[in-house]
Amino acid sequence: MPSVVTANRLNDGIVVYLAPDRTWTEDIVAAARAENEDEVKELEATAAEAVRERLVISVYPIPIEVKEDGTVDPISVRERIRASHRTTLTKDWYDVPL
Amino acid sequence: MYRYDEFDHAFVNERVGEFRDQVARRLTGELSEEEFRPLRLRNGLYLQLHAYMLRIAIPYGQLSPRQLRQLAMIGRKWDRGYGHFTTRQNLQFNWIKLVDVADVLAALADVEMHCIQTSGNCVRNVTSDPYAAAANDELEDPRVWCEILRQWSTLHPEFNWLPRKFKIAVSGAAEDRAATAFHDIGLRIVRGPDGENGFRVLVGGGMGRTPYVGQVIREFLPKEHLLSYVDSILRVYNLLGRRDNLYKARIKILVNALGIDKFREAVEADWQETNKDAVDLPEDEVRRIASYFAPPDLPERAPRDEALAARRESDSGFAIWYRNNVLAHRVPGYASVVISLKEPGRTPGDASSDTMELVADLAERFGHNEIRTNYTQNLVLPHVALADILALYDVLDEAGLAVGNNEMLGDMICCPGLDYCNLANARSIPIAKEIAKKFEDPVRQAEIGKLRVNMSGCINACGHHHSGNIGILGVDKRGTELYQITLGGSPKDDAAVGTIIGPGFRAEKVPEVIDTIVDTYVENRKEGESFLETWRRVGAAPFKEALYGAR
Repeated sequence: MPSVVTANRLNDGIVVYLAPDRTWTEDIVAAARAENEDEVKELEATAAEAVRERLVISVYPIPIEVKEDGTVDPISVRERIRASHRTTLTKDWYDVPL
Repeated sequence: MYRYDEFDHAFVNERVGEFRDQVARRLTGELSEEEFRPLRLRNGLYLQLHAYMLRIAIPYGQLSPRQLRQLAMIGRKWDRGYGHFTTRQNLQFNWIKLVDVADVLAALADVEMHCIQTSGNCVRNVTSDPYAAAANDELEDPRVWCEILRQWSTLHPEFNWLPRKFKIAVSGAAEDRAATAFHDIGLRIVRGPDGENGFRVLVGGGMGRTPYVGQVIREFLPKEHLLSYVDSILRVYNLLGRRDNLYKARIKILVNALGIDKFREAVEADWQETNKDAVDLPEDEVRRIASYFAPPDLPERAPRDEALAARRESDSGFAIWYRNNVLAHRVPGYASVVISLKEPGRTPGDASSDTMELVADLAERFGHNEIRTNYTQNLVLPHVALADILALYDVLDEAGLAVGNNEMLGDMICCPGLDYCNLANARSIPIAKEIAKKFEDPVRQAEIGKLRVNMSGCINACGHHHSGNIGILGVDKRGTELYQITLGGSPKDDAAVGTIIGPGFRAEKVPEVIDTIVDTYVENRKEGESFLETWRRVGAAPFKEALYGAR
C-alpha cells in the first residue's frame, strides 16, 4: 500500500504533505508517494530535515489508496478529514453520507 | 462583574509579552518543539487536526458585550469568522496561526481576558451556574467564590504542576446547573446548622475513561475557610496522586483508591495543621470582591405581560421558544433568556462573529450588559425584562437564533470530535446534525419533553456522554467509527453515570437508534415521568429489547 508523509506547518498549523521536490503542499494528490518501506524512510528523512528547518511539526507517514482516476484517498477517516482541510461546519458537507 | 486592577493588567500584559518572545524564539529555532509545547499549552494553544486551536478562558462563563465583541473581532480577523463554546464555558478558535497568537492574546488582554491555565496540569477555569444572581432558587451568588478561587489558583506556585488537570465548579442554587458532581471539586453553597451559608464539598467526580460521581468530603464548610480547605485537598492530591500513569492521575482515581474516608482523614489532618489565617481570605477582601458582583438594579415590573401572553396564543413558534428558553427570574417582571446555539444543521456550540456581535448588542439593549455561557454550549442573557422579550425574540428570529430547544433533545452537548480534535476517535458533529435533522420538528420534541443527549468523539468525554440521559460515545473499531450508547446518566442533583446498553452502532444507524430509544421511553413512561424516572423504574430490558431484540 503506498504512503505519503504528512505534517502540520509550523507557522500556521495547516495540514501539509511532502512533495517530490521536497517542498510541502496542502494538496495530498501532489504528495510524493512511497511504494515501499525504504521509500517511506527516505521521505521521513527529508521530513526530519524540514522539522529541523522549522518548516513543519508533527510528521508521520500515512497509508493511502490511489484511485483509477488519479485521486488519492487516505485509508483512515481521520486522515480523510485532514486531507479535506475542512469540517462539517460547511453546509454542503452536511449531506455527505456518514 | 470583576474588573482588573493595575496588578491584573500588568500581569496579563507581561504574560502576553513573554509568550510573544517564546513564539519568536520558536520561529528562530532557539526553542525546539519539545521545549515550546508546554509553553504554548500553558497559554491555551493546542495543535489540533487541521491547525492550531486557541482556548480562551471565560471565567465562570461571564462575558460583557465589550468582551464578546472583541471575541467576534478576533474570530473575524485571525480565524475563520466563528468560535466554539465549550462544555467548560470557554471559547475555542480552531484556525489560529502561531504567528498571530501573541496579537490575539494582546487583543484579549485589552478586554481583560486571557488563555492562562486553559491547558496543563493546573487548576482550570472555575465554572458555575449560568443563572447566578438571576435564578429564584439561589442561596448566594457563586461567582464571588469562583473569582476568589480564580485569583488564588492563577499561577499558584504549589499547584501549577499537579499530577493532572483540575476542574472546580461552584453552584449557589438549590438546583445544580453546573454539574458539580462531575468535577474534581464540586462546591454547593448550602445553609448550615446556624443559618449561615457555607459549602457542601464534593471531591473526586469526573468523566473520561473512568467516570465517577463526586463524593461528599465535607457536609458543611464555613465559607471563610474555602481557600484553606481546597488548599488541603489539592496538597493531599499533589502529594499522593499518581504521576506514573496518565490514565490514573486524576484525583478521582486517588479518592477511589484510598476510599473517601481515608482521603477525608488525610485532608482533614492537613487542614488542621494549616495556618488558616495565612491562606483564607480576610473578610474585607471577600467583601471587596463581592462588590464587583452586585446584581444590576432591576426595578420590579408587572409579573405578567399581556402582549407576551397574546403572542403565545397566536404564534406557536414563539410559544415553544418561550416555554423552553425563557426562565423564571427572582425579580418579578424579568426573565433569563437562553440563546440556543443548537440550530438543526449547525455545529452545536459554534457561534459566528456576526452572532457574537448580535448577542453583544442584545445584551446592551435588553440584558443589562451581561452575557453568560453555560456548559450545555449556549449563551444566556440573565436579566431581561418581560416587556422586552418580544422585541428580543423578533431580533433573534430574524437572525435564525430563536431556536426554542433549550434542555430538549435538540439541545445536544457535542464535542468537536474527529472533525477538529487530535484526540478523537470518531466524528460527533455530523452525528449530532443527523440526530437534529431526525428530531427537527419542535412539536415532536415537545411531546418527548426534556431530554439530555450528550455525545463525545472519544473516551475523554468532553461531550459529557456519561452524564447524558442518552449518551453517545464514538470509538474506532478497526478503522470504522462505531458509537456506543449509554442510558440513564444525569448531571444534576441525582447525578449518575450512564449504563452501556449493548454493542455499538455504525454512524448511519445512530439517529434511528436514538429514535428507537425515545419511542421506547414514550411507550413506557407514566404520565409526567421524565426519561430518568422511566429508566430507573423499567430498567434496561425494554430498551435492549427494542434495540437488539431482532438480532
